[in-house]
Amino acid sequence: MTILTLAKALNEGMRKAMEDDSKVLVMGEDVGKLGGVFRVTDGLQKDFGEQRVIDTPLAESGIIGTAIGLALRGYRPVCEIQFDGFVFPAADQIITQLAKMPLRSLGKLRLPVVVRIPCGGGIGAVEHHSESPEAYFTHTAGLRVVACSNPADAYTMIQQAIRCEDPVIFFEPKRRYWEKAEVDVDSSGWIPFDEAKVVRQGTDVTLLAYGPMVKTCLEAAKAAEDDGRSLEVVDLRSLNPLDVSKITESVRRTGRCIVVHEAPVYNGFGAEIAARVTEECFYNLQSPVLRVGGPSTPYPPSRLEDHYLPDLDRVLHAVDRAFAF
Amino acid sequence: MTADASRGAEAPPELIQLLTPEGERVEHPDYDIDLTPEEVRGLYRDLTLVRRVDLEAVALQRQGELGLWASLLGQEAAQIGSGRALTEADMAFPTYREHGVAWCRGVDPINLLGLFRGVNHGGWDPAEHNFHLYTIVIGSQTLHAVGYAMGIQRDGAEAASIVYFGDGATSQGDVNEAFIWASVFNAPVVFFCQNNQWAISEPLEKQTRIPLYRRASGFGFPGVRVDGNDVFACLAVTRKALAEARSGQGPMLIEAFTYRMGAHTTSDDPTRYRVAAELEAWKLKDPIERVRAYMFKNQIADQEFFDAIDAEADELGRDVRKRCLELPDPEPLAIFDHVYAEQHSLMDAERAEFATYLEGFEA
Repeated sequence: MTILTLAKALNEGMRKAMEDDSKVLVMGEDVGKLGGVFRVTDGLQKDFGEQRVIDTPLAESGIIGTAIGLALRGYRPVCEIQFDGFVFPAADQIITQLAKMPLRSLGKLRLPVVVRIPCGGGIGAVEHHSESPEAYFTHTAGLRVVACSNPADAYTMIQQAIRCEDPVIFFEPKRRYWEKAEVDVDSSGWIPFDEAKVVRQGTDVTLLAYGPMVKTCLEAAKAAEDDGRSLEVVDLRSLNPLDVSKITESVRRTGRCIVVHEAPVYNGFGAEIAARVTEECFYNLQSPVLRVGGPSTPYPPSRLEDHYLPDLDRVLHAVDRAFAF
Repeated sequence: MTADASRGAEAPPELIQLLTPEGERVEHPDYDIDLTPEEVRGLYRDLTLVRRVDLEAVALQRQGELGLWASLLGQEAAQIGSGRALTEADMAFPTYREHGVAWCRGVDPINLLGLFRGVNHGGWDPAEHNFHLYTIVIGSQTLHAVGYAMGIQRDGAEAASIVYFGDGATSQGDVNEAFIWASVFNAPVVFFCQNNQWAISEPLEKQTRIPLYRRASGFGFPGVRVDGNDVFACLAVTRKALAEARSGQGPMLIEAFTYRMGAHTTSDDPTRYRVAAELEAWKLKDPIERVRAYMFKNQIADQEFFDAIDAEADELGRDVRKRCLELPDPEPLAIFDHVYAEQHSLMDAERAEFATYLEGFEA
């Protein structure tokens, strides 16, 4: 076991993938000498060279568009989008090309392209640096969308994303980049790529979260113990496809369900989960499925982000509401 | 500053031409070509057959058999000339109008019709023909071609990619990003812009204030303008550009100066936005007639040859029509096929649910 930050775990995972397969490329703005603005690609260009770790011009559509071309030639590009809010210039290439080309070719073409996106807020950044655009991509058929929440998963999931024959949108919780945990870098313990994980067992409420909110939910669950409430926390990990059976299994046991994410609640990813849980667990529910997330506003200036972002108290408030029914 | 609005019969001075509209062979110091009579006959055959396929497709659309068709009428020389310049290892990235290039790459025309009929989004194997799928979103494929060329570089292969786009596409961000990428990575890619003067109803002046081929210099690579109705010149210029790209000399922009004789697509009505005189002027520059005149004058073919090609074209038209009408609709559950390469639980669940729903009708 090695203690790694989430950023370093991603770095080690990419390094392993690049060692295992010479077709794996890393590309993006500042990913070379600088090692990325979050240093997630630190040292990769030094060890694998400029042909495999490509510093690109500053244009996101170009990054994804050329990655598609490289994939058509048999390469496996791992693209870094510097910040969540900058993925939109690339949205056309991701949505109209990357997601649909395999289908358009009746399966003859495969696009094993990974799009890494540091996502979410909580680091005091300026506008367009703290967004949660997952719903745009989970709504796009042809993409897989995953979100890691801790170093051990990050190390495994990035390798699985790179091995996957489908395009993968890979969300990284940027405010958790510096958090450390044990990672078994020698492990070959592959998990199914679309499997959710119960990260804390409980009996009264199921908290469903992904990415940065998993830790928040774990903290809330710990605090709820004092009130004698037992909260189960499920880390969804994969948003498309969603591990519906793991979710419904938990909700049937606890009878209550709360979805927690940073993105605005309105038309957010939580709405999809709430609808599915309601459909599948209607007779098991003690209360309606509740959602905790951001207001339907643009991400605020950073001095207000603590109010915008769901925190332990907001989660516990939702728990109170669930018990009040 | 004046806009380059020369859409009439007058050829701008920078135009590379090897065959005049009257069928006279002319020399060019940088782009000469030596074609055998057999090769000339082959080009004529290509030009005639793709025009025939195109006409048949337009007719099929008018009869309700295709949802839409994007005609290549007038652009045959640009497509056949550039298409025949490709070697087997080169990779072509088309828009949705490159029926002539598809022909050169050995793609069965019925696959093109299938797309416009709505049977699928492209029924051919891009890897088998080294001819990518048609791309509808304007200019997107330019970046794919550059990325593919970067792959060729990394493979150390003796090949290049060529990407087709129109004058309207040059306004797109992706095309400009593709120029930048190609230039800074010295990628073996040829940008083949068919300037057919109109982006649906928008004339060239709405896209640019300078001749399009001159854009390349601002990105750091050469650009040339070729007579897009001259199949010899299109072949010579593209062949040279590809050879240079393959030998590590980087990208080139070719502007094929041509004219879309028909509508943008069958949904369009060009009489609303362009004058008949313009069309008449370009008719005199027809890409097929000039090769025919050249062949007659130089006794490269006789009437018997032309009759045989016409008969072959008619037979091809009949064959395409027959097979188009026979194309079966896909099975309903095909909606769920190929969305993902690997097993995907949401697809599996939705497919099963839809199958059960459909079975309810049979019971």
